[in-house]
Amino acid sequence: MTRANDLILRTTTSLIAFILLGFSVYLFFAGHNKPGGGFIGGLMAAAALVLMYMAYGLNAIRKVIRVNYLYMIFTGLIIAVGTGVGAFLFDAPFLTQNFGYFQLPILGRTELATALLFDLGVYLTVIGVTMTIILTVADDREES
Amino acid sequence: MEGSISFTKTLIDISATIAIIGVSLSVMILLYRAIKGPTNADRAVALDVIGVNIMALAGVIAILLVSTQFNDVILLIGILLFIGTIALAKFLEKGVIIERDMD
Repeated sequence: MTRANDLILRTTTSLIAFILLGFSVYLFFAGHNKPGGGFIGGLMAAAALVLMYMAYGLNAIRKVIRVNYLYMIFTGLIIAVGTGVGAFLFDAPFLTQNFGYFQLPILGRTELATALLFDLGVYLTVIGVTMTIILTVADDREES
Repeated sequence: MEGSISFTKTLIDISATIAIIGVSLSVMILLYRAIKGPTNADRAVALDVIGVNIMALAGVIAILLVSTQFNDVILLIGILLFIGTIALAKFLEKGVIIERDMD
């Protein structure tokens, strides 16, 4: 059997994975005022990662992305709980959120909310859970 | 002025309804191919084109409801469709979707 040649898939992946990651970051930041948010942004990032795993194989991507997805779940959960516990520092109830207007260098006057940090926790947790499930299922075959 | 605006609105409503009916007929015919298709590749192509039709349907419904909130959804359907079709094609050709070592 001749070995399959994946040139078109690999070239397309190297272009499209960037678009997917950019779209995921856009959905993550757009979640405050438009459809989107941490959950669907995390799913999009996981889709980009799955596309890369499909095009290049498990071992090659493991060398490039040295992230343990189990630790990513813990990091996300700690960030999400930490934004809730952080409200105690200001004598506020658990999970109280606040926002303010800041003058940023490029963006100009921007509204920054602490809900974004909670969303970041959701984002990391969703990526970690999705990639853990998919890679655990993909990895179960013994080396032949 | 008022009359021409309402006339345009009626025109858009009628053409969007006609487009929805056309896309629905196309999905029906594709469903026949997805159920009846002799080989698995036929079913995969039929599912791919059903997804494209669903993108079109979401676009037409966004026009009908006069909303811009559907644009992200249309892009999302396209991306998920692409990844799903690639996974299906890899499974049909090689029997494994994520390989351990490719070369």
